Amino acid sequence: MWGPFRGPHVQLMALAGPLRSVAAWLEVRTGLAAALTLAVTHPVPRRTASWWYVFGSATLVLFALQIATGVCLALVYVPAADQAYQSLLYLNDQAAFGAYLRAAHFWGSNGMVLVMTLHMLQVFLFGAYKYPRELTWIAGVLLFLCTLGMAFTGQILRWDQDAYWGLGIGASIAARAPVVGSMLVHVLLGGPIIAGRTLSRFFALHVFAIPGILIALTGLHLWLVLRLGVNEWPMPGRVVDRETYRTRYEDEVHRDGVPFFPVAARKDMVGMAVVVLVVLACAAIFGPNGPHGAPDPTVTDASPRPDFYFLSLFALLALLPPWTETVILLVGMPLAIVLLLALPLFAGTGEKSWRRRPVAVLSVLLILLVVTTLAALGVMSPWSPVMDAGTALATPVAYVQGRAPLDLQGALVVQNKQCRNCHSLGGEGGRRGPALDGVATRLTRDQLIRQVLQGGGNMPAYGKNLAPAEVNALVAFLETLRPSNQPPARAPVAARPVARQD
Amino acid sequence: MCANHDSLASTPSRRGFLFTLGLALSGLAAALAGIPIVGYIFGPVRGRAGQAWIKLGSVATFPEGQTRLATYDNPFRVAWDGPTAKIACWVRRVGGDQFQVFAINCAHLGCPVRWFPQSRLFMCPCHGGAYYEDGSRASGPPPRGLFEYEYEIRQGQLWVRGGQLPTLAGPV
Repeated sequence: MWGPFRGPHVQLMALAGPLRSVAAWLEVRTGLAAALTLAVTHPVPRRTASWWYVFGSATLVLFALQIATGVCLALVYVPAADQAYQSLLYLNDQAAFGAYLRAAHFWGSNGMVLVMTLHMLQVFLFGAYKYPRELTWIAGVLLFLCTLGMAFTGQILRWDQDAYWGLGIGASIAARAPVVGSMLVHVLLGGPIIAGRTLSRFFALHVFAIPGILIALTGLHLWLVLRLGVNEWPMPGRVVDRETYRTRYEDEVHRDGVPFFPVAARKDMVGMAVVVLVVLACAAIFGPNGPHGAPDPTVTDASPRPDFYFLSLFALLALLPPWTETVILLVGMPLAIVLLLALPLFAGTGEKSWRRRPVAVLSVLLILLVVTTLAALGVMSPWSPVMDAGTALATPVAYVQGRAPLDLQGALVVQNKQCRNCHSLGGEGGRRGPALDGVATRLTRDQLIRQVLQGGGNMPAYGKNLAPAEVNALVAFLETLRPSNQPPARAPVAARPVARQD
Repeated sequence: MCANHDSLASTPSRRGFLFTLGLALSGLAAALAGIPIVGYIFGPVRGRAGQAWIKLGSVATFPEGQTRLATYDNPFRVAWDGPTAKIACWVRRVGGDQFQVFAINCAHLGCPVRWFPQSRLFMCPCHGGAYYEDGSRASGPPPRGLFEYEYEIRQGQLWVRGGQLPTLAGPV
């Protein structure tokens, strides 16, 4: 196993004679090489030299890449509200490698969140958070939260329309806290409203405060990994017991362990190189993200969207019943975080293998399903009106060809009253409300009139905004919207006028 | 023997005193550094004091029965605010001196609502909230109608009281 490494290693040492004496000089004074050698060659369970165990080191290398690219960006970026946007444009268009480094920082952040999530899922499914590695897990959850904090603050530093309105969303969420809501908003924004002091605040958080915490927590996390050893490959039936676990682990590692470097580290090295190469390739192919439009709040045609890590939250906020929102934001989210932190404290022993932990596996599947579905919905955001539908989309020819003049007037009403901001016709338009193609097969004339005038079921009432003649034309047009082979909707029996029998 | 005993007894008390002194001085230093730091971080907290009267323009520039976008400069602006010093609001002149001035921020989560004069609705691009022309909630997730500014007419000029981000905790 050591064979391929020994040859080049020995040759290098022979070539580097003078370097060796420098290294020896340093070693006498620091003793770091001895300590590090001991640390990186510590024995790990043989089966953990697996591809499943590479996500932690891959996250670490992406963090290092973020630091390197981040420091470079800070050399040019101006953290002042009046110049930040221009400095980003300068980075994109003029600075040598500026656009590439911005792209690498953006794709690196996406990669870091993604790989960190994979690492967390692997650790959870392999039961690695159980005794004695509870604190490693807790530090890891805090690292995850800090990374999401970096993602949010980083997206604010892009100082474009999305950043401005993203801050509005963040502040509006904070404002829902009882009693201290208003105070939180002012602390978050650094003033009464989103402005210059807000950007400076988020710059300080993104560049000094959170990275400091991240580095400290990473140190603790790594120290704990070294001290407690890499989690063994979980075997069904091998139950964690606080009394016996450590002795059994030490025995196994000494009997059948392999040195972390180079045996297990080989796969880590490949994993680290691959994630960095993928990030750099994405940066080269797709380029930087934004900035999208200057952060001018008087430009009202903004359609703010968050970066992908917050798309599921964005979708959740559109889909939750309004009365549950505040509770879920202020109680549900903190509770979920506490639950995640406390996981090893109430599930610290027992089975580690996913084969014997069906609830754990199902939870992971459920969470993944919910998060990815919400994120996909967030991309499509069918709840958002298509703001320019009234002027940008034409009425499909098939719906106006050969129609009576009144129907055509109705088609104009649909267009002019921005019905298609929320309702699609011929597959084009908003998806907030149901598509109008075939509406006549679902609603009768009376039901159509009532729906238009009174609204309901998420539709505003148009009673005050439409003249009777407009309603008449609109409904006449809507009644033509059905396939020729389908009958129009019929009123339910109870609603039909019944002849009185006095 | 006796002196020896005294010195043995005094040494721990001297050490103890030094330790206590060290703790007390460090505590004092931490407080003297920490209090201003905390005060600095929480400095922006001001309740409704973060509000001021702002002139939006002549009443004549707002046609009766119509809703128009108006912009003003944040009264608490600093020199480096750039484009974020500007704030927009929707001014509806109901008739005569009767106005409604709405914050541009959706009551749901603060996104910029847009006015559609043809359908007489405000629509939000983020989560699909909609409001009627009088600012009342029409549909979608907003828990209330649009935030409304206090206004005054002074010598033919429309003034509003604003300057803070309108949220559920601190409407304008």
